[in-house]
Amino acid sequence: MTIRSTRRLRRGAAALTGVLALGLALSACSSAGGSAETGNADDIAKALDTETTITVWAWAPAVEQIAKDFEKEHPKITVNVVNAGTGNDQYVKLQNAIKAGSGAPDVAQIEYYALPQFALSDSLVDLKGFGFDSFSDKYTDSTWNSVNLDGGVYALPQDSGPMALFYNKAVFDQYGIAVPTTWDEYVAAAKQLHAADPTKYITNDTGDAGFTTSMIWQAGGQPYKTEKSTDVSINLQDAGSKKFADTWSELVEGGLVSPITSWSDEWYKGLGDGSIATLTIGAWMPGNLESGVAQASGDWRVAPMPTWEKGQAASAENGGGGDAILKQSKNKLAAAGFLQYMNEGDGTQTSIAKGGFPSTVADLNSDAFLNYESPYFGGQKINQVLVQSSKDVVKGWQYLPFQVYSNSIFNDTVGKAYANKSDLNAGLEAWQKATADYGNEQGFTVKAGS
Amino acid sequence: MTTVSQNRPTAVAPRLGRGSAPHKAKRDWTGWKFIGPFMLIFAFVLIAPVVYSIYLSFFKDQLVGGNSFVGFANYIQVLGDSKFWESLGRVSIFLVVQVPIMLLLALFAALAIDSARLHFPAFFRISIFLPYAVPAVVATLMWGFMYGVRFGLVANINDFFGISLPDPLSNSWVLASIGNIVTWEFVGYNMLLFYAALRVIPTDLYEAAELDGANHLRIIRNIKLPALRPAIVIGTIFSIIGSFQLFNEPNILKPLAKNTIVTSFTPNMYAYNLSFSGQQYNYAATIAIIMGVATAVIALVVQNRGSRKEV
Repeated sequence: MTIRSTRRLRRGAAALTGVLALGLALSACSSAGGSAETGNADDIAKALDTETTITVWAWAPAVEQIAKDFEKEHPKITVNVVNAGTGNDQYVKLQNAIKAGSGAPDVAQIEYYALPQFALSDSLVDLKGFGFDSFSDKYTDSTWNSVNLDGGVYALPQDSGPMALFYNKAVFDQYGIAVPTTWDEYVAAAKQLHAADPTKYITNDTGDAGFTTSMIWQAGGQPYKTEKSTDVSINLQDAGSKKFADTWSELVEGGLVSPITSWSDEWYKGLGDGSIATLTIGAWMPGNLESGVAQASGDWRVAPMPTWEKGQAASAENGGGGDAILKQSKNKLAAAGFLQYMNEGDGTQTSIAKGGFPSTVADLNSDAFLNYESPYFGGQKINQVLVQSSKDVVKGWQYLPFQVYSNSIFNDTVGKAYANKSDLNAGLEAWQKATADYGNEQGFTVKAGS
Repeated sequence: MTTVSQNRPTAVAPRLGRGSAPHKAKRDWTGWKFIGPFMLIFAFVLIAPVVYSIYLSFFKDQLVGGNSFVGFANYIQVLGDSKFWESLGRVSIFLVVQVPIMLLLALFAALAIDSARLHFPAFFRISIFLPYAVPAVVATLMWGFMYGVRFGLVANINDFFGISLPDPLSNSWVLASIGNIVTWEFVGYNMLLFYAALRVIPTDLYEAAELDGANHLRIIRNIKLPALRPAIVIGTIFSIIGSFQLFNEPNILKPLAKNTIVTSFTPNMYAYNLSFSGQQYNYAATIAIIMGVATAVIALVVQNRGSRKEV
């Protein structure tokens, strides 16, 4: 009852604000000024010397501090940092504000997987207009490729998540298991560990869209292709997808993965007491382990992600994202100035200090970063493993222009395979069909299957 | 008389019809002034959103191609949408099984408290009613923890007795588990509804029945149940509406059972996820309208049947 009525109210409100925004937009046509979508460094500098307030939607912990530092440097600019929710929660609000025609921030944090959805629907400013395409050499190939869509640059990368194998060395030592370097060895280790102690599992997995797409990425799959921004093809049964699903099905069907959902209390508990022995996850994980699983300090280590072919290094990105400027913004030049400061300028150091894994080549290759010995990981120079992973990311990956929705129905389809401990390939096919149906429904031309 | 009404075809005041003198025909706005504020709010919070939803349901706004008028296409699509029918089927099963159980429990509790055979009836009344005072969100979270097979109450029972209860959040049990939560929440509310109806029965009826030698069961059957019929009809209608609008409980349990509670688990969840994660506002509006009409029709049928028997 309440849900329904608030939904209707919101719709009503959206219509009202839409009408109001239309009026505003019409009246705003005459005064271009700071809302220009192009400009050089001088224009940006001039905009930063004008009294302006910009709003930033972000959940990355460093942004608050970056905004304060920026305001100190540019006293005429006020930066309002709003945490409008993490990930999908924020995208929902952002999408609603875009639809309503007003209420969107000037700058928004958007993960790589969600970027195509906002960029291709013409909601974001192409940063080429500010000359930001000249920064391409400053970022890793994989992150730059993620913000470079359909010939435009729609965000500046902030952090990245090259994957690695985080493992509990204490557990591996206790049962005399070697750290797996290939996925076949990983499955063998899973069996060995669970046989030795049925309360222990190699990892947890209850079906996670982000993990699945990253694993397919590493296996060389390219299930999503978008051309001319509306011609989409989906094939979740290509060679890479199948390779992943066949191997991972063995773990799911055999009950070798712990049925605990990531980021739950049980999950942190399992990571601490050794019942979840490994995580294959993005390079941003160390900070989460240090704060969430403090009791296991010294137990964990980082190893390269297991590979499909022995000795052939390969990895993928998992999570991470950048920040974009919204078309709705009335202060695009000032927003561009802030964006540059945050993700290309001094802000990058603040991000790294707050635990973000950088996407900037210079920071990744700095001696201080590479030689940092993490006390949590028993003094291991973890960044050497993680930076190597960022160099091994398989090229050519693309996300869908409606990946956010597609991920939201992952558990409706592939989740059934997890619930029934059955073959993941069938789940992937169901996911592909539901995703293709949605895409066609939204006016894309979707070709499903090979 | 006829000329007067012909001259003023728009006048609705019945006074005019009485053929009174023209100067009395001046319209009396006092009634409208009283009802005005309500009508204004009613128009804004009920009529306008419904009209807007109906308006939305005739359009289709796509990420590619923009907004266009599609007539009844959305309605036709919903009627052929297997996810919609699955969700409707799920709440229908829920309705047919959970509502009778809940209402019978509530009826039993109300009769027991009213029977004057219990010690401390006030204590029972308040403790049965108490769960209703717990917000549904809190109640669901609480039950969600109890249902946990690894750390929850179910896990403790399994450990203690060395047994293995089925997972309450598994595919085959999740609907029953939600039914259990809803029953726990609303038995007290319905009990109070019935109890209030029982309290207004004049006591001389009981005295007369006793003089005629009627026992307690007889009194229940011939006096209390007939007197309860309107309350039972109301309780049933509320429960039907509640079942069709099932949302809070499954939506809050979803993070604990994301592979069994799908995004289209109930019609309301389906509409919610379509609009808020799929941007299919038009399609969601169509589902909302169809569900609204279906609920209204079923509630009307129940009300008509209920009141017909009463006569």
